[in-house]
Amino acid sequence: MASLGELERAVMDLLWASQEAATANTLRDLLAQDSEAEGGSAGHQGKDLAVTTVLTVLSRLEKKGLVERERGTRPHRYQAVSSREDHTAELMHEVLGSAPDREAVLARFIGSVSESEAATLRKLLGGH
Amino acid sequence: MFWTSYFLAVLALVLAWPVPVLLSRAAWPARAPFTAMVLWQAIALAGGLSMIGAMLVYGLEPIGDNLIAGLRALAGMVFRNEPTTALGFWHLFALSAAALLSAHLVFTLLLTYVKIERQRHRHRELLALLASPSSERAGTVVINHDSPVAYCLPGGARSVTVLSDGLMARLEPDELRAVLIHENAHLSQRHDLLLWAFAAWRQALPWFPTTRYAQLAVNSLIEMLADDVALRSESKSTLIRAIALVAGGQAPSATASGPADTNGPGDGSLSATGGADSPRTTASRVSRLLSPEPPLKPAYRAMVLTASALLLAVPTALLIVPGLLG
Repeated sequence: MASLGELERAVMDLLWASQEAATANTLRDLLAQDSEAEGGSAGHQGKDLAVTTVLTVLSRLEKKGLVERERGTRPHRYQAVSSREDHTAELMHEVLGSAPDREAVLARFIGSVSESEAATLRKLLGGH
Repeated sequence: MFWTSYFLAVLALVLAWPVPVLLSRAAWPARAPFTAMVLWQAIALAGGLSMIGAMLVYGLEPIGDNLIAGLRALAGMVFRNEPTTALGFWHLFALSAAALLSAHLVFTLLLTYVKIERQRHRHRELLALLASPSSERAGTVVINHDSPVAYCLPGGARSVTVLSDGLMARLEPDELRAVLIHENAHLSQRHDLLLWAFAAWRQALPWFPTTRYAQLAVNSLIEMLADDVALRSESKSTLIRAIALVAGGQAPSATASGPADTNGPGDGSLSATGGADSPRTTASRVSRLLSPEPPLKPAYRAMVLTASALLLAVPTALLIVPGLLG
């Protein structure tokens, strides 16, 4: 059985690719297809995947603010809150932006380069 | 006992302003980054210790010949309702201030830790979904992004180094190796602990010049330390090329994303004043690589290390030794 982390990733990949809301049943079938396509023992495991497991994964993703549930419909339909590109952009903005506590959270190879520093760098490297 | 509190107060003042200003202007830290790092830690610790110690010693002066006797008498007042008439207004004021400052420092340290850990946790969560693990290197993930980005997210066994597609496309294998060694040095030398402590120190006392200078210096020194590790296995020109390519690739993307983040009017001004990240860090790294000065002589390094040890030992001894002798 794949770990919850791997399943979360697989579910998000499906939701990002389809851009449409899907029920846990649909997602389970798609996940089973995917692992069958990979063949071998993975295919066998894919068939064992329970809808409740998919629902667990979906509720974890919902808590993380990555998927939302359509209210009012039964069974519930889930969709991605924003696209993969938007999430990547958000993450990179966190990395490249100049939030004051960013420096303590992660260490970048090159910090923010101001315009004057970029000029200094060009001068330094040009003279080399 | 009386002169002890004056001495500690003077030490606290000197460590809060002139010393950090002078040290942040000095050129030698680039020639001995590790030694300079030790000195900054000693300044911060001794500064905090002498600030609290001065107030404590002053406040306890009427009720004890030394710190330990004074604290014992104070405990009697607090827990056994002994008369407090010996303590005047200013003594009580100094004692309360010492207690508040100690609690404030500890609390800020913990709060900063929680905030940093929460942000890292969220970041790791998103990375787990967005980035793909590198097939060649353990603990490294690749994220789909065009500008050249490399960073590491510390977290013990879950530490991860993140590279962007843009970086992989632009850098030659040896330049990439230099970047990875640099990032790995941050993780293996536990620079996250230094960043945490100095971020908390600044957060706790933002109006003290020492905390700002210390954080700027530490940010810059850890980069130099990591560069030095990379230089052990990669050539200087490789590292310089890597820095130039990453810095050059980031500059236009930073201005391009500028108008988009209208919700951050402080963004521009922050990077102009440096935020916590000194705007000179990258330039000083490159000039240090281009025109290297010889490492600081061992005798000078020994002097700085001795001074650091004394900075910690003298206030500690002043506070504790009289009590042990008496």
